[in-house]
Amino acid sequence: MRAWDPRIEEMPKADLATMQYRLLKTLVYRLYSFSPFFHRRMEESRVHPDDIRSLEDIRKLPFMYKRDLRDNYPDGLFVCTQDDLVRYHVSSGTTGKPTVVGYTERDLENWTASLARGLVSCGLGRGDVIQVSYGYGLFTGGLGLHYGAERIGATVLPTSVGNTERQIELMQDLKATAIACTPSYLLHMGEVAEKMGVSIKDDTLLKVGILGAEPWSEQMRQRIQEWLGIRAYDIYGTSELSGPMFCECTEQKGFHVWGDLAYVEILDPETLEPLPAGERGEMVITMLQKEALPMVRYRIGDISAIDDSVCACGRTHPRVQRITGRVDDMLIIRGINVFPSQIEYALMSIPEVGQHFQIIVDRKGALDDMLVQVEVKKEAFSDKITDLMSIRKKVEHKLKNILNVAVSVELVEPGSLPRFEGKAKRVIDRRKI
Amino acid sequence: MKENKFVIKQISVFSENKPGRLAAIARALQEEKINIMAFSIAEADGFGVVRALVDKPKKAHEKLGKLGFNVAFTDVIAVQMKDEPGGLYETARILGEGQINIEYAYAYSGKEAAVLILRVDNVEAAIAAIQRGGGTLIESSLFQ
Ligand SMILES: [Zn+2]
Repeated sequence: MRAWDPRIEEMPKADLATMQYRLLKTLVYRLYSFSPFFHRRMEESRVHPDDIRSLEDIRKLPFMYKRDLRDNYPDGLFVCTQDDLVRYHVSSGTTGKPTVVGYTERDLENWTASLARGLVSCGLGRGDVIQVSYGYGLFTGGLGLHYGAERIGATVLPTSVGNTERQIELMQDLKATAIACTPSYLLHMGEVAEKMGVSIKDDTLLKVGILGAEPWSEQMRQRIQEWLGIRAYDIYGTSELSGPMFCECTEQKGFHVWGDLAYVEILDPETLEPLPAGERGEMVITMLQKEALPMVRYRIGDISAIDDSVCACGRTHPRVQRITGRVDDMLIIRGINVFPSQIEYALMSIPEVGQHFQIIVDRKGALDDMLVQVEVKKEAFSDKITDLMSIRKKVEHKLKNILNVAVSVELVEPGSLPRFEGKAKRVIDRRKI
Repeated sequence: MKENKFVIKQISVFSENKPGRLAAIARALQEEKINIMAFSIAEADGFGVVRALVDKPKKAHEKLGKLGFNVAFTDVIAVQMKDEPGGLYETARILGEGQINIEYAYAYSGKEAAVLILRVDNVEAAIAAIQRGGGTLIESSLFQ
């Protein structure tokens, strides 16, 4: 199947923009009229629905933050009564109160449609057996993928998380062709399978992985693809947006954000001015059709870049590059925004050094000084100082090109930099400001 | 290829310029009862390379590798220097005339005379040139 909903997915860009403007206008009038929260926020920002006269006018609207959801726990932001809700999901916050999200029937319908489009765009459909190894329950991952997969006519194997050996047996016995889970859980499955004497590559029919709910790198994708013999696709979403929502197509050039459901802005995290397409910045999302819990200019805190050109797959909806950082991780070095993930990306292209690194920021006189420590790989080690110096020059040059700010590089011994399980803390900021 | 008896396996270790790194290397070798015959440290800002001639290079490589050091073998040659003015110049001249580049050199005092350890860009040619020029090379078996 070419596309689940070709009329929408391949809609000419101009028509899509018109549709987005109409949806935005309707949304703003609705919220101004029926949501005390939005009404107050808009008054505070001195903006009236009549001020929205183009899609770009979205910039006049106030931002929403995660804390707004927490401050209005459990359902203060809902723009419908409980009668209209057909489901709740709850995400456990790392700090304080959890976040409660509610769905009307139409919200669930849009969520499911979004995933149906995404699953078809990475080559799945009727005849596939999709093993859903995201958690089922309050977490959105399991049920979200479950209904999306059923919608396209695939057979769902709802294994949820855990009991990995049994999952691998079922994957073999019921001939699963795709799996939806976190990338780290898939790697874990691969290891457990090997211990059981099962090669996912040779002994199963698995061909596709729909992987998300945690950040992962392009390098990890390559590893998963080669090792497990599958195509690995990135899927993006959070419970505030409904759940996992947006998935990569077979081109693997970022996930398609369905323009009829969401409008994405990429802003400079400091000035909050929009950045040109292709530049990395803070992602701000407006859900254009959500009924129960509208999200307008939501500062989700993720860093990425957008590609608004028509995709080689034929879909006209913009693609967002895999999430490569969090706003909280951003450093400002001599007035320039630097993300640790950019350094990771730069180092990937230099074979002489490893992927681990540490950033030490200090102030020398009035100037910020950034030092990046990298490990020299065993294969690249030369006994000649000049060779080592040129490796260092190469890294410095590459970093300067990517970051637009000069950095010094220090070569350190392999294995000497800290390794992180989960969230990495790669920055030591010694500046006293 | 037949191993030339004058080719000596030096171990080279990448090291950060941090207190205790050299001591860690020395301690590791001592634990394995490996003798250091000669060594030098080349420094750049922030890092350095420790080069050493040891009696059991394979064992040293293995031990340091296990400890996580970045270690490599490098082929070097050792030339006995005449204990008189111009001894170093003599060796350098022979190699220069043979179109052989010296990558680096360091010396230590041997039992009879000073010994010059050389890393050159073409080991075989350097050995031939020194022999032709009347220099005295030291066999690797004397170290290892
Ligand atoms: Zn596409």
